[in-house]
Amino acid sequence: MSDASAPVAHQHAAPTGLLRKYVFSLDHKMIGKQYYGLALVSVFLGMILSWLMRFHLVWTNAAIPGLRLLSKNGAPGGVMTPEYYLSLLTMHGTLMVFFVLTNAPFAGFGNYFLPIQIGAEDMAFPRFNMMSFWVTFVAFLVLIASFFIPDGPPISGWTAYAPLSAVGKDAGPGLAWGQNLWAISIGLFCVGQLLGSLNFIATTLDLRTKGMTLSRLPISTWAWFITSCIGLLAFAVLLPACVLLILDRVAGTSFFIPAGLVISDHLQPHSGGSPLLWQHLFWFFGHPEVYIAIVPAMGIVSHILMASMRKPLLSVKVVYGSMIAIGFLSYMVWGHHMFLSGMNPFSALVFSFPTLIITIPATIITMIWIGSIYGANLRFHTPALFSLGFVSVFVAGGVSGFFLAQPSLDIYLHGTYFVVGHFHMVMGVAAIFGILAGTYFWFPKMSGRMMNDTLGKIHFWLTFIGVYCIFMPFHFLGFAGNVRRYSTFVDDYLQPLLPLHKFISIAAFLTGAAQLIFLYNLIYSRFKGAPAPENPWEATSLEWSTTSPPPFDNFGGRHVVVKRGPNEYGVDGAHGDFIMQDSPEPEPAAGD
Amino acid sequence: MGKLLAVVLLVIAIGSAIPILMHTWWMPEDISSHGYMIDKQMSETMAESGIAFVAAQLVLAGFVAMFGDKKNGRKATHLPGGAKAVVIAAIALVGTEVLAPLPIQVQAEQFGFYFRYAGPDGKFGPLHPDKIDEGNQNFFGLDPANDVESRDDIIAASLVIPVNKPISLMMHAKDVGHSFYVRELRIQQDFVPGLDIPMHFTATKVGKYEIVCTQLCGLGHYNMRAYLEVKSQEDFDQWLKQQSQ
Repeated sequence: MSDASAPVAHQHAAPTGLLRKYVFSLDHKMIGKQYYGLALVSVFLGMILSWLMRFHLVWTNAAIPGLRLLSKNGAPGGVMTPEYYLSLLTMHGTLMVFFVLTNAPFAGFGNYFLPIQIGAEDMAFPRFNMMSFWVTFVAFLVLIASFFIPDGPPISGWTAYAPLSAVGKDAGPGLAWGQNLWAISIGLFCVGQLLGSLNFIATTLDLRTKGMTLSRLPISTWAWFITSCIGLLAFAVLLPACVLLILDRVAGTSFFIPAGLVISDHLQPHSGGSPLLWQHLFWFFGHPEVYIAIVPAMGIVSHILMASMRKPLLSVKVVYGSMIAIGFLSYMVWGHHMFLSGMNPFSALVFSFPTLIITIPATIITMIWIGSIYGANLRFHTPALFSLGFVSVFVAGGVSGFFLAQPSLDIYLHGTYFVVGHFHMVMGVAAIFGILAGTYFWFPKMSGRMMNDTLGKIHFWLTFIGVYCIFMPFHFLGFAGNVRRYSTFVDDYLQPLLPLHKFISIAAFLTGAAQLIFLYNLIYSRFKGAPAPENPWEATSLEWSTTSPPPFDNFGGRHVVVKRGPNEYGVDGAHGDFIMQDSPEPEPAAGD
Repeated sequence: MGKLLAVVLLVIAIGSAIPILMHTWWMPEDISSHGYMIDKQMSETMAESGIAFVAAQLVLAGFVAMFGDKKNGRKATHLPGGAKAVVIAAIALVGTEVLAPLPIQVQAEQFGFYFRYAGPDGKFGPLHPDKIDEGNQNFFGLDPANDVESRDDIIAASLVIPVNKPISLMMHAKDVGHSFYVRELRIQQDFVPGLDIPMHFTATKVGKYEIVCTQLCGLGHYNMRAYLEVKSQEDFDQWLKQQSQ
């Protein structure tokens, strides 16, 4: 473990060919951008799917123009069938959780900035790095291919509960080849993430430049490091689970299928398996996955908040400790997804307790963010606004978790929109706010051009108000017992809730449309934005002491030597109220 | 900008709290003997979480309004008490919040529920999955020709129960995973293929309520439902007699 390692010779020369530079690149910066680009495509795809679902829920019998072209069977005449609704639901969840929330904040920004923030020239294993992206890309193509096979994508949801997902075509449309493609895609995705996580861990431990001790790592790098440790264990369980699922489906094994099931009038030729085994394996991955999405966002937001507040957090060490505690506890709470699954009721108590405990480190981090704003000199640029918005939605999504952590309340709320509201708020919206904050903050470094701040602020206000209009009413629906994963609401007691659904759908269309402002800003600024200076935010970490964008070896042959921690804000520096990590200037007389 | 964000946060906090306080969208009336405990815990959790949510948004709003950059070179300061105060407050905040039935079998299948009563002999006949024949209404796979216990078993499409009598519902899945949800009973429980799960409850109010499936089970999931009919003991006995004829 060398925290003062000698400069590592760059393992590969700058590429010249187009293919090596932009496609099969070994450069962590290009790979980071590729991950980000894949996430960008996936998030807009996933958002369009959510539009189609929200439209169908409130105008069930209306035709959607053009949908017929996507699927002749799924939408005859443009009107969605119940099974096609479930196909879209499955694809929306899978795209968003895997290809957006895992790819962008962790693999995307992490790949680009982790090596630069520790003063390295590249990742520890550039070839593994290239491989991890391209395996992920193939996983994406395999998943998308399910749209174009005759019976369409699977209808079993992103959680793919067995035996619905395991018995094949008897269980319904999309459960023949669609489900095979899904399982292969997720298996491949796991391989990509395992390679990536190993790479992040090795890089953080071995490639830190001279003076970059572990305690001097920027908080975002800490977050990526902790996340890669979580990911290494989580994806290592999901991968074999996918393999077992594929074996059940194609090789006649019975890991997840018990005896005596009669599906579509066929007695299934299986015996001895357990559907609960899939649930245990899936949620052993699935719960840590929530933190794989949110911990990097926490790191990014903390990093940006300090640069916006012009002061350090009350204590970064407490935040590190809390993030590590969250990572550790995230492996002991998976059973809270299974309170209704028929496992022993006493085990519900066992899983409820650590679930309540895990709210303590999360509450500590949140209160440190809010408490740190006291006495700050807040600069309200777009990345700061999205970071503050993150804190607000994280609280909203966090307190609803407190209901679901209690088995007796989960019994009422589990299958309702309350759960949909909870995980969209805390995992979806909060992590997306982290991604957006990171985008506005780091875009100047990645592209050499500034994003338009006015458009950014308009984007923020519409999105911030919009997400509350969409996801807060989900909780109200849940209290009224509105069941989730229904393509149409036929039950009598659901009829009075339809106006609220209409409000949500309209809010979703408008908030989604506001994302086009972001897309325009992103593309326009890439080519026409004002040139970015080296350090536009007056921030302290190493990515801001190199050019925008950084040269191929990150620091132009310069061997960076780190002199101090990353949080020197609110001090009397030579260039303002901050001191860069590698600045040779002497320690200031008095900080705070 | 800080003031505007503060106002929006304020509106969000109040706008979210009003429908909750007014019970605009809320749980229906409880009709079970155990539900009052769930309702009480729901109210307590709502009070604690609601106050935490509103307070966090208000403090965030106050701080962003107060501590904008005035460009006057004001020295950045820390919250009195620092991280220690925050950690203690967080632990204190969260720490204080942490505490001979009638047997009926229910079978869930794509996409409906069927209910089986033991009949006069008080015994359920065994199930034979290979004998299941929807066309001949043999939903459970009974074999009355060979099994004596099956001959008087009663099959119904609704769950009919007597009021104020403990019920033991044996939950059996025919094909894939399903779930049993009755809002008024404050009950939700998954059906797991391969596992027969017992569930106990007592209904305390006569009426007709909806039973819906809440576990994704395939294309007809949205339409999978049945009714719970809670009757007086006399009406229930009458109904059972009619069924066995």
